[in-house]
Amino acid sequence: MNEKNVIICRCEDVTLRDVIDAIRSGITDMESLKRKLQFGTGPCQGKTCVPLVEKILARELGKKVGESGKITSRPPESPVPFGIFESSGEEK
Amino acid sequence: MKSKDVVIIGAGITGLSVAYYLSRNGVRNIAVIDKSFPGSGSTGRCGTGIRQQFTTREHIVLMRESVKLWREWETSLPLSVHFRQGGYLWLLETEKEVSDFEKYVKLQNLFGVESRIIDKYEAKQIVPDLDIENIAGASWCPTDGNAYPFDTVEALKLALKNYGTKINAFEEVVGIETRGGAVKSVITNKETYSTNLVIDAAGFGARKIAKMAGIDLPLKLYRHQIAVSEPVKVFLEPMIVKGELYFTQTYRGRIIGGTDLNEPETESLQSTERFLEKYATELLSVMPVLSSLNVMRQWAGFYVVSPDHHPILGGTPVSGFLVATGFSGHGFMLGPVIGKLMAMYVLHGIMYLPEANNLGLDRFKKGKLIEEKAVIG
Repeated sequence: MNEKNVIICRCEDVTLRDVIDAIRSGITDMESLKRKLQFGTGPCQGKTCVPLVEKILARELGKKVGESGKITSRPPESPVPFGIFESSGEEK
Repeated sequence: MKSKDVVIIGAGITGLSVAYYLSRNGVRNIAVIDKSFPGSGSTGRCGTGIRQQFTTREHIVLMRESVKLWREWETSLPLSVHFRQGGYLWLLETEKEVSDFEKYVKLQNLFGVESRIIDKYEAKQIVPDLDIENIAGASWCPTDGNAYPFDTVEALKLALKNYGTKINAFEEVVGIETRGGAVKSVITNKETYSTNLVIDAAGFGARKIAKMAGIDLPLKLYRHQIAVSEPVKVFLEPMIVKGELYFTQTYRGRIIGGTDLNEPETESLQSTERFLEKYATELLSVMPVLSSLNVMRQWAGFYVVSPDHHPILGGTPVSGFLVATGFSGHGFMLGPVIGKLMAMYVLHGIMYLPEANNLGLDRFKKGKLIEEKAVIG
């Protein structure tokens, strides 16, 4: 298996190789890893990639999943058009 | 017990920038301590903007110098910070606002910032998607811009790593020892550092840290919120400001921006739907074309606000305890110049920009406050 061909985050195009390289460069917590690689910041809100990265990080560090911190999930739960939130003039 | 030449508390842009300029000038026995990960506070939560359109000499000169340094960082740091001079287009609704901003522009020009007042048609030329119906004019500065906070933290982290300066993440300061009115040591949950010099760059934790040294910093925390959209092809380089609203597009294609809910002081970082409603309404009134764009994420951060909305820089009544905080929503944009100012202050004992001498903690006691009128978002 070529780690460069395994996509971990589809929104931001992050590969397994990218994740392993970042961990081996010395990043050992989920939040810093996210900021370095920017996985989980795309339209899927990290629903696919975050559990995968948690497992890879745990495996690389020889720890349990969740021991290296959790990523804060941000609203909205899925993307929503700006127009939905616009309040009309009368309501003001 | 470890002995350190300088202990910097806080690994946001301020602390990292001070550490960078100290390292660059040969000071290497530094500890940079953060209770969480680098950039975890206001730096990583900020709106990316970098502007020189301010209303006081102190802010204008400091930001003019900071923009120069941002340009330097873009080429000299080991990774790109994605600094882009797309300009700040400040939309003005009334003739009264235009005449107020004419005065600010004069002051900005006097101190070397190339802002100018333009009419609404020129604003529309700069950003064709603007709705200019209710606009009286705009204040435009083409050399303002933005940079990417995560990338800036990564670039500074790598620069420090190359110098051999270590960042101690997830280490919390629990005490500061003083003797005879001077700093002696910093105690964390992991280590005790003996040192004569401490720099409090702890952002929203700066007040708590200063208290450990017996100093009361007049700072208040206000929650401000931001939202980003899904990524679309980059079409908007300037930062648009109108009233409390500001927004731009990052190099990664997201529309990023915020507005002010004028909330009272709080310690909560919860994001709210009320914010999204106000932001979307203001955003779409300026740029209706964004109506079908999806909002993807929202979050909150703190403005660490001083009584006159200006930074608190330099020495305190405790010898060797220095502060760099109170940026009132401008800490990210000021990051480079604050790092250089504080590092030069440590090395040479003077502020290399005379305007920074007006920003000491003692100004509140002396009643020499500087009022900034242009705080947004």
